[in-house]
Amino acid sequence: MIGNAPFFVVGLLFLWGLMAIFTQKNLIKIAMAITILGSSVNMFLVALGYRTGGRVPIHFLEGDGGPMVLPTPQAMTLTAIVIALATTALILSLIMLIYRHYGTINVDEVRRLRG
Amino acid sequence: MNWTDHLPALLLAVPLLGAFVTPLVSLGGKMLRNTLLVVTTFVTLVIAFLLWKDVLVSGTAVYVMGEKVFNLTMPSGMKLPVRIILEADAFSAFMALCGAIASFAGALFSLNYMEGFSGMKRYVSLYCLLTVGMLGMTITGDLFNFFVFIEIASIASFGLIAFWRDKAEAVEASFKYTLVSQVASMVLLLAFGALYGKYNALNIAAIGSLLKFGFMEKIVLVFIVASLACKCGAFPMHMWLPDSYAEAPSGVSCLLVAVSQASLYGLVRVCFSLYGVTMGASFIPWVVILLGLASMFFGVTMAVVQHDIKRLMGYHSVSQVGYMLLGFGVGMLVLSDAKGMADYGFAAIQGGVFHMFNYTMYKALLFLAAGSLYYTTGKRDLNDMGGLARKMPYTTFMFVIAAAAIAGLPPFNGFVSKLLIYESSFAVHPSLAAIALISSVLTLASFVKVFQTAFLGPEQNAFLSVREVPSGMLAGMGVLTVVILAVSLFPSITMSYFVEPASKALVDQAGYIGAIMGGGM
Amino acid sequence: MKPLSLIVRTGCNLFAWFMLVFGVNVVVHGYASPGGGFQGGAIVATFIAFLLVSYGGEKIHSWVNEKIYDLILEETGLLLFITLAFMGLPTSFFYNFFTIPWEAYQQTGRLFPQGTTAIMSIAVGIEVAGALSMVILSMFKGIRLVSDRQIEEEPGHDR
Repeated sequence: MIGNAPFFVVGLLFLWGLMAIFTQKNLIKIAMAITILGSSVNMFLVALGYRTGGRVPIHFLEGDGGPMVLPTPQAMTLTAIVIALATTALILSLIMLIYRHYGTINVDEVRRLRG
Repeated sequence: MNWTDHLPALLLAVPLLGAFVTPLVSLGGKMLRNTLLVVTTFVTLVIAFLLWKDVLVSGTAVYVMGEKVFNLTMPSGMKLPVRIILEADAFSAFMALCGAIASFAGALFSLNYMEGFSGMKRYVSLYCLLTVGMLGMTITGDLFNFFVFIEIASIASFGLIAFWRDKAEAVEASFKYTLVSQVASMVLLLAFGALYGKYNALNIAAIGSLLKFGFMEKIVLVFIVASLACKCGAFPMHMWLPDSYAEAPSGVSCLLVAVSQASLYGLVRVCFSLYGVTMGASFIPWVVILLGLASMFFGVTMAVVQHDIKRLMGYHSVSQVGYMLLGFGVGMLVLSDAKGMADYGFAAIQGGVFHMFNYTMYKALLFLAAGSLYYTTGKRDLNDMGGLARKMPYTTFMFVIAAAAIAGLPPFNGFVSKLLIYESSFAVHPSLAAIALISSVLTLASFVKVFQTAFLGPEQNAFLSVREVPSGMLAGMGVLTVVILAVSLFPSITMSYFVEPASKALVDQAGYIGAIMGGGM
Repeated sequence: MKPLSLIVRTGCNLFAWFMLVFGVNVVVHGYASPGGGFQGGAIVATFIAFLLVSYGGEKIHSWVNEKIYDLILEETGLLLFITLAFMGLPTSFFYNFFTIPWEAYQQTGRLFPQGTTAIMSIAVGIEVAGALSMVILSMFKGIRLVSDRQIEEEPGHDR
């Protein structure tokens, strides 16, 4: 049971992020929610690769005993983090542009496109 | 070693190189930069064509990045494939070719269309990156790399949609797309992670050979279908699509069509090659069919009332994606049923595959034509246009061809694929075909409206000085027109050399898996 | 953004350079230790963030030429990366063409830089350092435009 704790946290964080995206009105908060969503997925990947009592999967830093922790999910997580960084920078820039055009970052008022 | 072995890698490397050298080349001036854009996309097109030919002749092409032997998928002693593997079967190569044509046409069009704008250095760079993402999605053999390429394409398209950043609508559309696309990507990554956790592999073929359909796999499949349907603009999550297609520069809209098709390719690839027969004939196929019907019908009903020409076409995109989902859904329904497959299932898949190609061609052409109207008149509202047929004869001609193709009028390619989908879905249930037919009629109606208001009617005083668009834009549209006409005039050749191998490759799950898993043993 | 107090500026003068050196260290040793191109590059890019916070925007914009990051750093990194990828081509794309054989490690007990991986890590480090510095600088420019409330003539959409 306790071994599954990371996955419950992942589920909670994911739902939290998803809920925040749908309920929040502030664009910055929505950007934060997207980041939380990404972090929860990254945590899921890292938790997948963990082995109880595992060693560091680096050649000259490994300790004694136990299996090696899976390095592939960590590589995947790093890639996902890089992508998330690019997206976050882009989202924040878009929010800045939206603020310049509309003078607000309330989602309800940023609605020129409809119908 | 034959250099054609490297085609799958070159297909990604050439546009990537183009994207990377753009800032350097742009120092040399406008002419050099434009040449770079056209040359890069043209070389990509040539490579895609050669790859397609190669795949037709010698079967599925497998490429292992960074291995001593380019097709050694499983070094001795390995049970699962290692390294990054590109796998191009006939269907992937078909999609790559289709995307490369759209990319080339959009690049030619952009030369003149984007002439007066600054920041073209970034435009060219992002355009090449978007091409890389789209092509990568079609030929990767790896779930995680599929995610990486989908993100490359998404990030490039966020930038390109908001390229006219002093227009509030463009920024808003880009933000909307970012939100939807990020949520979809994260759900997708969650699903891929779950598959990795269970099967210790990310390769589509490797997972496909191990897969046992259980509860977890069902959830994963639902996640993947939901997120990719969202990415390709199926009904409940379509609202980003008309906005972003309408607000992006037209050359980009043309490429975005191909990108959404690459997402659809991912959906279909996961359903057919990863899950295949094990998926069963109940829940997911019907979900896909219902998604298809809903997007088809609601897309077209919303399109009829639009009066902004590019939004109208955006809503038609939603509706057209519905046809493909319907075709593939019918194909999935009878995947484990040999008799149904021979009777109508294969025809449905052929219809879906062919419609993907046709849709990319004529929708790209329609967006380019709408862009031409915007270029000459500066307006996108249909109520402000009129009498442009005499002023812009070539554009009018090409628009008519594309509109006839999208409405499914008989000699054109849209007719063939739509007919295949009608016939096969009629065999499942008549009401499916009925809804598809109604949507088709509404499509025709709305394009008659566009043609009549924009091109016919009396000449307006505001447009006295309007001229035909410059030659670069005509060339961009001409490429697509030639492809549409060629496909329409030789339907039997197209079907037997183009569509049938692709559909066969899609259905042939064992072949897709064997190309990787059988290689190193 | 106004410049911060003398204490902060002096602290920045002292430590920003160590940050830079540490980032480069992470990049260079990235092939076989925690860290690597992206992480090291991100640390190098914090150098600009340091300067920006402590000295304020106007000074930074008079000091740095964006072309250094935009053209020189980013382009060098990207071109180095893709050239290395292409150089493996006769064998396969991304092929590690000057790797040191495993036997050398077994004889000497020392882990050598593994061929192209180490250089690619450096290339990525250069690229990320340039790109993230650009992101910081241009986002800061955007903030300044918002806070001054003057929508300057955009060079983008000239119709």
